[in-house]
Amino acid sequence: MQRNRNHTKICIIEKVIDETPTVRTLIFSDDVMSAVLPGQFAMVWIPGVNELPMSVMISQESGKAAFTVRRHGSASTGLYNVQVGQQIGVRGPYGNSFDLKQGKLLLVGGGTGLVPMMRLLTFVKPYDDVTILIGAKSKNEVFFEDLANNLLKNNSHRVIVTTDDGTYGEKGFVTNMVEKLVNENRYDGVYTCGPEIMMYKTVQLAHSKGLFVQASLERMMKCGVGICGSCCVGEDLVCRDGTVFDGDHLLSNKEFGHFHRNKAGILENY
Amino acid sequence: MEPSLVTSIGKIQLERPMMLASGILGISLDVFNRLYRSGAGAVVSKSLSTEPWDGYPNPTIFSVNGGGWINAVGLSNPGAPTFAKMIESNKDVPIIVSLVGSIPEDFEMMVKQFKNCKVTAYELNLSCPHVAKVGLEVGDDPELVKKIVSIVKNSTHVPVIAKVGLGTTHYLNTVNAAIDSGIDAITAINTIRAIAIDVETQRPILSNKFGGLSGTPIKPGALRCVYEISSKYKIPIIGCGGISTWEDAIEFILAGSSAIQLGSAIGDNWIHVFNDINQGILQYMKRKGYSKIDEMIGLAKKS
Repeated sequence: MQRNRNHTKICIIEKVIDETPTVRTLIFSDDVMSAVLPGQFAMVWIPGVNELPMSVMISQESGKAAFTVRRHGSASTGLYNVQVGQQIGVRGPYGNSFDLKQGKLLLVGGGTGLVPMMRLLTFVKPYDDVTILIGAKSKNEVFFEDLANNLLKNNSHRVIVTTDDGTYGEKGFVTNMVEKLVNENRYDGVYTCGPEIMMYKTVQLAHSKGLFVQASLERMMKCGVGICGSCCVGEDLVCRDGTVFDGDHLLSNKEFGHFHRNKAGILENY
Repeated sequence: MEPSLVTSIGKIQLERPMMLASGILGISLDVFNRLYRSGAGAVVSKSLSTEPWDGYPNPTIFSVNGGGWINAVGLSNPGAPTFAKMIESNKDVPIIVSLVGSIPEDFEMMVKQFKNCKVTAYELNLSCPHVAKVGLEVGDDPELVKKIVSIVKNSTHVPVIAKVGLGTTHYLNTVNAAIDSGIDAITAINTIRAIAIDVETQRPILSNKFGGLSGTPIKPGALRCVYEISSKYKIPIIGCGGISTWEDAIEFILAGSSAIQLGSAIGDNWIHVFNDINQGILQYMKRKGYSKIDEMIGLAKKS
């Protein structure tokens, strides 16, 4: 019988990988979560701590999935601290996915926004020419570079890392590299996930060149099913209408790139 | 002649009888506009307090096996002053402003915030079952209800609705107190106090432990309340509780509702549910030969 996605499934963490000093990947077995589409998310319950929306990370092993989390607030730190053998609750998957074009593709990811980008890479065709940009502040925050190269080993591809401080890869903001690349190349599709300002600039740059671009948005969420309204961006609900939106739609949204809502629902500037 | 969905709840006239219930999706004017375009006749805001509230930590919602939801969002809201500024530019959408507080002065202060806003009505939350000192704890005290209704009625010419629920005082006593103090309409009912426990981790799931049960499991009970209120009092009623289909909506109208609110159904069927129910009601009216909603209100009590 198909599982009701709104019913929480208890899963046991089988393996924990430290990606950086503040980012961990927690691996568990679950057929439903291993098969989600890029851009979809799960609501993850850490019993006694909190519940938070997480993009579902791929696992190299079939039937397994993972969450890659940066410790930040109380909920994400709670998930970060989950040990091997501990139980978490998972419901979903929720949300839509990317419209993956064929040909010359550009992916732009920052931080844990790389998670849906990695899953998207598993859907590219062997003849696609793929460039993925990995943006980080500094060398010790870079992760998934080897994984991206490995996922793209059968493709014509480039994995470009940028660091704000120049301690690794190309020096500068990842969006500077986006600007350079969209000026020099005609991409069939541009896809981005990460900090909102990064996505906003990427969408603007790609859109200004007439390129097809999509972004996967993140917002504070309570229900994940379109009831509570916490994740609204203008008239859009990230949980139900997204997480993936077309660039032209986003640029007509007054809140994208400028505001998010706090727990009380009050708009705050980025 | 094409039937009309126009309905009147006392002095409140709406183009369509379906409303967004309080607590659902209610923090952005853009979303209100979208819901109105999608077929809602009115939207009820999240319950507003005098100051912003963050609500409870997650998990705040639980999907019940067999249908329905238990939520303890904890009345998170931006506060009446901020919300009033947010809807100042509203011209089109019939917005019913839901208010929550502990003392009459809370409500008086909040109503004043909306003097520059287009407000269709106020709905007093006397029934939220999962936050201390407000909601159901207020509704369970008929003397306090009288004071709150009186002070709000004296503060505004806009119609005032009381939303009641199933607490420790018989809800009809709360209804009676509100009517005695001049209330314009009753919304019945709110969610029902409930809990969910996870058998694997052996603990309550919601961070607040207790929440409010909504959705299809509470529909027959809510319908019973509407039927009882309309049998006992001459007061316009807005039915609420587990409505997800046009048949549900018609049932509530036949029991005595002038309008219907829904919320949980959005979690299952998304916002198309408003238009789907509107179309279903219209088809039913054509088939049965009714031209106005008013002709059907309370018909089940005659049999």
